[in-house]
Amino acid sequence: MPPVMIRINDEQQKSSVTMTAYLEFIQQNEERDGIRFSWNVWPSSRLEATRMVVPLACLFTPLKERPDLPPIQYEPVLCSRATCRAVLNPLCQVDYRAKLWTCNFCFQRNQFSPSYSGISEVNQPAELLPQFSTIEYVVQRGSSAPLIFLYVVDTCLEEDDLQALKESLQMSLSLLPPNALVGLITFGRMVQVHELNCEGISKSYVFRGTKDLTAKQIQDMLGLAKPPKGVQGRTPQPHEHPSLSSRFLQPVHKIDMNLTDLLGELQRDPWPVPQGKRPLRSTGVALSIAVGLLEVSFPNTGARIMLFTGGPPTQGPGMVVGDELKTPIRSWHDIEKDNARFLKKATKHYEALADRATVNGHCIDIYACSLDQTGLLELKCCSNLTGGYIAMADSFNTSLFKQTFQRVFSKSLQGDFRMAFGASLEVKTTRELKIAGAIGTCVSLNSKGPSVSENELGVGGTCQWKVCGLDPSTTLGIYFEVVNQHNAPIPQGGRGAIQFVTIYQHSSSQRRIRVTTVARNWADAQSQLQHIEAAFDQEASAVLMARLGVFRAESEEGPDVLRWLDRQLIRLCQKFGQFHKDDPNSFRLSETFSLYPQFMFHLRRSPFLQVFNNSPDESSYYRHHFMRQDLTQSLIMIQPVLYSYSFHGPPEPVLLDSGSILPDRILLMDTFFQIVIYHGETISQWRKAGYQEMQEYENFKQLLQAPLDDAQEILQTRFPMPRYIDTEHGGSQARFLLSKVNPSQTHNNLYAWGQESGAPILTDDVSLQVFMDHLKKLAVSSAS
Amino acid sequence: MSHQGYITTPPFSQGQPGMGGYPTGFSSATSQPHYSNYSGTGPSYSVGPTGPLKPPSSPHGPAISLGYSPPSPAQFGQTNLQNGLCNPGNQMPSYAVSSPGSGQTSSFQSHGSHPQPMSQNTATPAFTQQVIGQIGNMKISGYGSSQAPSQSDPSLSGPSFQPLFQGSQLPQHLPPISSRPTQRMSAAPVAPVATRFPGGAAPPATGMNMSPAGLNPGNVGYQHGVGQPPMAGYLPQQGGIYGGQQRALQPNYPGTYPGAPATGAQLAGPQQKKLDPDSFPSPIQVIEEDKLRRSGQLYATNTRGQVPPLVTTNCVVQDQGNASPRFIRCTTYCFPSTADVAKQSQIPLAAVIKPFAVLPANETPISVVSHGETGPIRCNRCKAYMCPFMQFIEGGRRYQCGFCSCVNEVPLFYFQHLDHMGRRLDQYDKPELSLGSYEFMATLHYCKNSKPPNPPAFIFMIDVSYSSIKIGCVKLICEELKTLLDKLPRPDEAETSTIKVGFVTYNKVLHFYNLKSSLAQPQMLVVSDIGEMFVPLLDGFLVNVQESRNVINNLLDQIPEMFAETSESETVFAPVIQAGLEAMKAAECAGKLFIFHSSLPTAEAPGKLRSRDDRKLVNTDKEKVIFQTQSHCYETLAKECVANSCCVDVFLFPNQFVDVSTMGVVPLATGGILYKYNNFQIQPDGEHFLNDLRKDVQKSIGFDAIMRVRTNTGFRATEFLGSMYMSNTTNVELAAIDCDKAITVEFKHDDKLSEENGALIQCALLYTNVAGQRRLRIHNLALNCSTQHADLYKSCETDALINFFAKSAYKAILSQPLKTVREILVNQTAHILACYRKNCASPSSAGQLILPEAMKLLPVYMNCLLKSYVLLGSPDVPTDERTFQWLLVASMDVGGTQLFFYPRLIPILKMDVNSEEIPAAVRCSEERLADGGVFILANGINMFLWLGLNAQAELIQGIFNVPTFAHINTDLTSLPELDNPYSKKIRMIIDNLRSQSPYSMKLVILKQKEKSEGILKQFLVEDKGIHGGASYVDFLCYVHKEIRQLLT
Repeated sequence: MPPVMIRINDEQQKSSVTMTAYLEFIQQNEERDGIRFSWNVWPSSRLEATRMVVPLACLFTPLKERPDLPPIQYEPVLCSRATCRAVLNPLCQVDYRAKLWTCNFCFQRNQFSPSYSGISEVNQPAELLPQFSTIEYVVQRGSSAPLIFLYVVDTCLEEDDLQALKESLQMSLSLLPPNALVGLITFGRMVQVHELNCEGISKSYVFRGTKDLTAKQIQDMLGLAKPPKGVQGRTPQPHEHPSLSSRFLQPVHKIDMNLTDLLGELQRDPWPVPQGKRPLRSTGVALSIAVGLLEVSFPNTGARIMLFTGGPPTQGPGMVVGDELKTPIRSWHDIEKDNARFLKKATKHYEALADRATVNGHCIDIYACSLDQTGLLELKCCSNLTGGYIAMADSFNTSLFKQTFQRVFSKSLQGDFRMAFGASLEVKTTRELKIAGAIGTCVSLNSKGPSVSENELGVGGTCQWKVCGLDPSTTLGIYFEVVNQHNAPIPQGGRGAIQFVTIYQHSSSQRRIRVTTVARNWADAQSQLQHIEAAFDQEASAVLMARLGVFRAESEEGPDVLRWLDRQLIRLCQKFGQFHKDDPNSFRLSETFSLYPQFMFHLRRSPFLQVFNNSPDESSYYRHHFMRQDLTQSLIMIQPVLYSYSFHGPPEPVLLDSGSILPDRILLMDTFFQIVIYHGETISQWRKAGYQEMQEYENFKQLLQAPLDDAQEILQTRFPMPRYIDTEHGGSQARFLLSKVNPSQTHNNLYAWGQESGAPILTDDVSLQVFMDHLKKLAVSSAS
Repeated sequence: MSHQGYITTPPFSQGQPGMGGYPTGFSSATSQPHYSNYSGTGPSYSVGPTGPLKPPSSPHGPAISLGYSPPSPAQFGQTNLQNGLCNPGNQMPSYAVSSPGSGQTSSFQSHGSHPQPMSQNTATPAFTQQVIGQIGNMKISGYGSSQAPSQSDPSLSGPSFQPLFQGSQLPQHLPPISSRPTQRMSAAPVAPVATRFPGGAAPPATGMNMSPAGLNPGNVGYQHGVGQPPMAGYLPQQGGIYGGQQRALQPNYPGTYPGAPATGAQLAGPQQKKLDPDSFPSPIQVIEEDKLRRSGQLYATNTRGQVPPLVTTNCVVQDQGNASPRFIRCTTYCFPSTADVAKQSQIPLAAVIKPFAVLPANETPISVVSHGETGPIRCNRCKAYMCPFMQFIEGGRRYQCGFCSCVNEVPLFYFQHLDHMGRRLDQYDKPELSLGSYEFMATLHYCKNSKPPNPPAFIFMIDVSYSSIKIGCVKLICEELKTLLDKLPRPDEAETSTIKVGFVTYNKVLHFYNLKSSLAQPQMLVVSDIGEMFVPLLDGFLVNVQESRNVINNLLDQIPEMFAETSESETVFAPVIQAGLEAMKAAECAGKLFIFHSSLPTAEAPGKLRSRDDRKLVNTDKEKVIFQTQSHCYETLAKECVANSCCVDVFLFPNQFVDVSTMGVVPLATGGILYKYNNFQIQPDGEHFLNDLRKDVQKSIGFDAIMRVRTNTGFRATEFLGSMYMSNTTNVELAAIDCDKAITVEFKHDDKLSEENGALIQCALLYTNVAGQRRLRIHNLALNCSTQHADLYKSCETDALINFFAKSAYKAILSQPLKTVREILVNQTAHILACYRKNCASPSSAGQLILPEAMKLLPVYMNCLLKSYVLLGSPDVPTDERTFQWLLVASMDVGGTQLFFYPRLIPILKMDVNSEEIPAAVRCSEERLADGGVFILANGINMFLWLGLNAQAELIQGIFNVPTFAHINTDLTSLPELDNPYSKKIRMIIDNLRSQSPYSMKLVILKQKEKSEGILKQFLVEDKGIHGGASYVDFLCYVHKEIRQLLT
């Protein structure tokens, strides 16, 4: 549907835009451009913008699935100004007669190239059509390198665990593109790099697990001597010497039999593990070698290092815990007490590795399967910075791991792998805006420019980021700063524009450039606050604020982050709430803000900010996913969705509240990481009694089945696969539900309420009600 | 008091300025300081005058004067003549031959009763106490007759006088020679030796005097005149003085001697006729006589201090309380009681111990004793093990240690009553009370970490670099290993060996192999971190041969193929050893590495070596550098190997310099061997190498050994020489020790020894046998003690002496200039002989060379030692070759050094094809090679088949199956197996020779008058060496001169 609405906006008719229209507008924009702004009308001055509390920011999904995009087989047209280089887009003014176009970012007038000579009002190239505000160019330059998958496999596993992992790996060979290059590194006490092209004797290079090696050393030791030094630094021709690396990385179709056998013969780490010790696991060196191997053989080529580990690194660089079992792995408590002796060193090691990987566009996945912690806290940066996945499960022998791993290789409807590599995302803005930073699975490319703000939010100081591994749902939070001065007039045309240029390697190994250009209206916050208010996207804002909070939590103490979050919330309420001073009861928020405090309430309770009850590894895992998922998923993570199933009607979403827990209901909760099916007390009794087996209670059976079917649907599509929990009233696993719901009834107020509805939660946490009361009080207080 | 000059070691162990100053030439100016030095440090020398007083009581009995001492004026003249301007003022007495002891009368008696048919010639020395060579006489006589015009010396008148005089003495001269047996008989009361061999057809001579000295023309004149053929042969050689260049230098005669020992000194006497080599003590003769006397007999070790048969003699040893000579041989079986006597004689007191010597099937194997859980019973104070030297007292409740005299309680379980002789009733039931050699079961207390040892491991490490592949040895090794692995050493009772095996191949990086039996294919694990070597796997690297047989064979099939196309030419070496070491460490076992290596390790890695074949260093003070290691990393590695019981054998296949001295460091310290195959080619060398490998793999071996030598009070072991490592002064640490390795131990006095108690030696060796059991092998030996020089001299064993001299000199060159080392050796020889002359021999003319019977071969052997590549210092010899020999000798036993320094030259021509006997060898001199003959020469390392031009066609046909000499293919390395007596016999001889050496000698066929024939010359050790080195005759003359100098 053409976004007619925006065109009308030119006429400053925002007042006619209703709330509903905005929702529709937001939805359309999200579908078309993969973008959600916190504000859809922008305050026109720096001062006003800062008073809005929630910064001008957006959630941007660079590779939003767009099956309808036409294949554009030519290079984008760039603005000729060296500092701009913006891409020709529908917002540019075109002089069809003079064959000129004006850049909407720097106002440079550019001549069309001769190939555009046929251009006219009626004959426009796709990039000028308004519906192609997002467009994708397929670039022919550069040879197409096959995708690379390097398995890095821990062999310090229990026998059945290893067996399961081996089977998964063998299975995965059939899922890989046939021309993909695959390699295998195994590790335990030693690290083995397996040569894959050898006939007869299987051959592997072994490295000591305690010694960190430079890329040069690895290269020497693996016999990967580079051809005579030509252009050092940027050597984008890795394929001139494919034979060198081919010993370790081979096309799947050539060696799948070989590799299947090799994986089949894989032994558990043969070094004896004495009583009371952990196996020696050289994860740090193994990763280092994997990175080094790809670094020398395939720089700037899309590659995926997939680390499968069953425990914490226990020796060498990057060790997380010693091999003495009596010394437990660090807990949050230890970290707070500064008692985690390996934490800093290990983190530094893995960060250095991640940096090296990102330079060459390689991403690192971590599949950690263990009942205990595996050192994700230290390892997480490998995935966080490179855009790799993290999956966590209790064992490789669980469907959780198996399905998740399988889903890495899932394909889109077009038959493309849902993964892309080595992307660089560049953001261009009109001059009233500057770029403050980005939060997501990205690293800065340190590209300074006039559009880069001095104030950093997230990873800032740059207008370009690198995302080594991304999929259609990978979403970055990008934060802006309005720099227009208060007394300056509303900028020309009344609209600000932002262009996102994403250059990436498609899974078909084509190089592609996706360009998204968006514009929003400026509004004077003093005279047109209601426009701005109406254009507030509370969902996007909640997620964007949450990302900021989680980003801070990585480096700051938890309570500080919570306080900051609370302060922002109170200020927002003060700014946009309607109230009489010092009268909490008079406090009202408009519809566009009404859900925001509730999101914040749940965010405060979420594992992203609360470490209580979570190991450092779990926190890392949750945060990792929170930082990469799109808005919908992020919202689920912040505030899980709860469905209620009963005989009274079709399943309905209910409040995430203890009041929703009723005996005759089945609840289905989706927290993104877990799917919990909870059978109320009565239902559970019926189920135990076996009524569902009886013909006359067919409807009961159907009732029981309904949430299962729905859960299955989620399980089928979600990545990573959530933990599936089927529990009932009084079941131990019910804690997953009870810890999430708003504790409106607790042991403290249960008797006072004296209701039979709902289930009390044994907690001292404040309920939403209490939270809101406080919020109102503080918001209306004249003291603050 | 300084021990300098007493025995060899101190001067060897560090450069002694005093010793270093010893004669560089023959000029009195240089020789004099030495002399004074000697007498200064060893005042013993000054007691010399006592010598002459002793002869009456000496067991050496009568001496016969073969020569005549001319009046001293004449002698003076002679000396002048002989020594020319060098010794103008030397008052050295003439060369007239005389004999020690009282002699002449008794010799006359004996002559009467026992005419000796062998008379004057070659036979005599063995039977005689004295052989008098009159080389000098001969020479001078020649001189005199020729009236050399250059000689204007007034003393010429002397010689002219002498012939007459000498001649007149001759009748006296002859009878004593032939009268040897009687003379010995007469000496019997004072010479215990004689009583020891009542059955001996040829009783041992107790001394031998020889005088090559007399430059007495008269003698010759007489001999010729009388027409005695034996005498005619007496003096054929050139000027009897050390060094063979007289002729050339004759014109310069009046000039100074330029000669250093190495190049042969010239005593410039002109001479017309050669001395007869047969007149000098002949090793062959001595060996054959000892064989004749004692071969095949029973030798019981019940008597303290008895001298065993020579190593070359095969007899059956019966252990009756002392260790068999197969295990221990001493330089002397009668130790001097005091340090003074020892110092005077300068005879090294040493024992050559070969703890794992293989006993022939007809001797009783070593018994094993268990003392239960408490372990072997040991003296509380000195920790000596229970042995026949322990004296039980107090009715058997206590025993007194024979070593430290401490009185210990007998443990209850060990109690036994004593008989009326004070011996335990069970003495003959218990090996440890009645035998010289036995083994104890060791308890956990004796194990590393108090854990029973794991089965040992053999790791085969094969160089697969380009050069190694090219010469084909990789394929050869792999093929051979397939069968060889079935023959790993195993305990006697077991059917299969418990030894585990592992394989590594390497070039610049190392490849380990996982051979787990459950695998279908071996897995290769490449370790390229050569800077910090480690073992990539534990389980599956060291495997049981039987269990992993298929995988191993698969691997051995694939290795040559895998690397067939390799282009990697660089290799590493130290990391290879390190890898093996780490593997042993990880597996917590002892074991042995077999490293097959081809080239200098030049790859960037620890232990990287550069080519330094610097022959410019030869004959300089820096020469010792050649024998020192290039990289200290190997020394550290060796230490670590020893600490972890990792023995290293290296097989080198070099086609250029490989720095043997550096690469040999680890084998040397760990009890391993270094083999070297220059310019290896499959065709000629393959079988040779494989035989070495087979021997090496299969030989019986003990691991993780510590040897300790205990002695009774009065003396102690001070120096240990051999292929081993010592981290302190008492414990000999051996990563492994096999049946061919011998350790030479030197003893010194720290107090007096009593003649009553004698000198007791207990060698205890704690080791792990091939079955992985911890054992203690004990060898006990009791020696006599005496205050008399004569006792000492007659109990000496020259073969053991040479072993000691060789090892200590070889060690000394690491720290001292070669020249110094050589001088010390020559000096010591002279001192030993001079001391004998002084203290034991009857007074006689100084011109006589008098040699003790037991040491009469010392000069010839010493000369051979001096001529060995190591001590020769010739730039013609590749340094690798020198260092290789240097390593070889380090672990040799007495038999080994004997054969190595004096090769066996066996004539084939005259052999009796029907007998099983090996024909008697002949002396190693070119003149023994008859044109028509066929000879085999073997020295334990090399073997040659020399074919004379006129060799019988029948023989040629028989051996080679070709019609004529010309048809013989000299490329053969083994003889065709033909069914005729010649072929069978010669192959039998070769096999026999090979069976006696730890090395499989490669057979090289040489034809007379062909270029290659020259190789043989260096092994004809009695001749002048092709790279320098004196002939036997020259050396003997030189020694004699030295002796004379010492005696004055």
